[in-house]
Amino acid sequence: MLARRIIPCLDVRDGKVVKGVQFRNHEIIGDIVPLAQRYAEAGADELVFYDITASSDQRVVDKSWVERIAQVIDIPFCVAGGIKTVEDAKIILEMGADKISVNSPALANPELVTQLNERFGQQCVVVGIDSYYDETSKTYQVYQFTGDEKRTQNTGRQTADWVEEVQKRGAGEIVLNCMNQDGVRKGYDIEQLSNIREKCKVPLIASGGAGAMEHFADVFETSDVDGALAASVFHKQIIDIQELKSYLRTKNIEMRP
Amino acid sequence: MSGLVIVHTGCANISSLKFAVERLGYDVTVSEDIDIIKNADKVFVPGVGAAAAAMAQIADKGLTECLQTLTQPVLGICLGMQLLTKRSEEGNADCLGVIDTQVKRMTSEELRLPHMGWNQISKTKEHPLFDGIENGTYFYFVHGFAVETGDHSLAVCDYTQPFSASICNSNYMGVQFHPERSGSAGSQLLRNFIEKV
Repeated sequence: MLARRIIPCLDVRDGKVVKGVQFRNHEIIGDIVPLAQRYAEAGADELVFYDITASSDQRVVDKSWVERIAQVIDIPFCVAGGIKTVEDAKIILEMGADKISVNSPALANPELVTQLNERFGQQCVVVGIDSYYDETSKTYQVYQFTGDEKRTQNTGRQTADWVEEVQKRGAGEIVLNCMNQDGVRKGYDIEQLSNIREKCKVPLIASGGAGAMEHFADVFETSDVDGALAASVFHKQIIDIQELKSYLRTKNIEMRP
Repeated sequence: MSGLVIVHTGCANISSLKFAVERLGYDVTVSEDIDIIKNADKVFVPGVGAAAAAMAQIADKGLTECLQTLTQPVLGICLGMQLLTKRSEEGNADCLGVIDTQVKRMTSEELRLPHMGWNQISKTKEHPLFDGIENGTYFYFVHGFAVETGDHSLAVCDYTQPFSASICNSNYMGVQFHPERSGSAGSQLLRNFIEKV
């Protein structure tokens, strides 16, 4: 059986792993390579490295750390942040990343998703979506430039529409980050993820809100996502990956040892 | 002899394979030079991306015949495995044709595609490539096309339908999963290829 994936996410700024609350007030957690290695050894199924400053500062992700990660870890990893062109993606993939994830640049230029698919194949192309529940309109809306509070803006797109469009353009996986939940550890946005699941025929990864082991069980059982991404619960050692996997196996959720 | 050689197919997962071999303590050369490839002790054919594009790159580099006539052990990985077959539905590509089977698109009404993540294999033959690897071991897969099961299968996996997780015809072997990204089980398989095949 295909196992569900547990995916620690390492937000990277200036070569350090950082974590903020609802995308703000970032604190430094530690160096990238030792943290990556620790997670791989602890049983993480995959890692995501997200350069949170890249899109907002108009920088490309610093390349050297991608290669340093590829040298030491033996599980798949994805690099996100500031990949605006096919050439940017090529450099990251050649350094050993397995996938590249695009977010703001895909919103600015949806054709980028199509081009990445044609050049590297669907399996490399992840689209990250930052989705915010708007109380007034009672809809989920896509935000961009979320790495920088001053530039964060509503794109006017509804999340479900964007999910459909990126699939048509050849995305191989979607990471749905539910901004209202991010960093507050009160559980994944089960309702939104379940709705998007119905529209998402490619692998769907839940992001934002994990605070306890039950939250992972809920999102796998109720929203049927393929993977669950989390940051602070792992960085702060609130949840141990092996304990989490043992717990999920008792719930009959397929887990790699 | 020139030791271990990774064929520079122009695809993207070359670095990760090179690093995985180096983690096992071996030197490995990445090359598109016919003499170096022909004289290697063992040859890796990596690949991600689309079959038609990869075959075109191989032809552009003048490597088609070289790769079809190797006599030392050859390990194709992911798309590299699919290229060892006769034909792929992906872009209707004629492949190297050294293993008598073909590649078909995976289809499913209920399950998500591409097949992405950790899945379990079952061995269908005893082969040194899988020494010390138990049935039910998880490997990391990422693919939307697959090789059907048959006499050529060394191991199978099940997602939407059974398909070949590994194939073999004499000195040519292939794995659909990514051993370089499959944790300790992947390292074991690479070590088996280097030391036991």
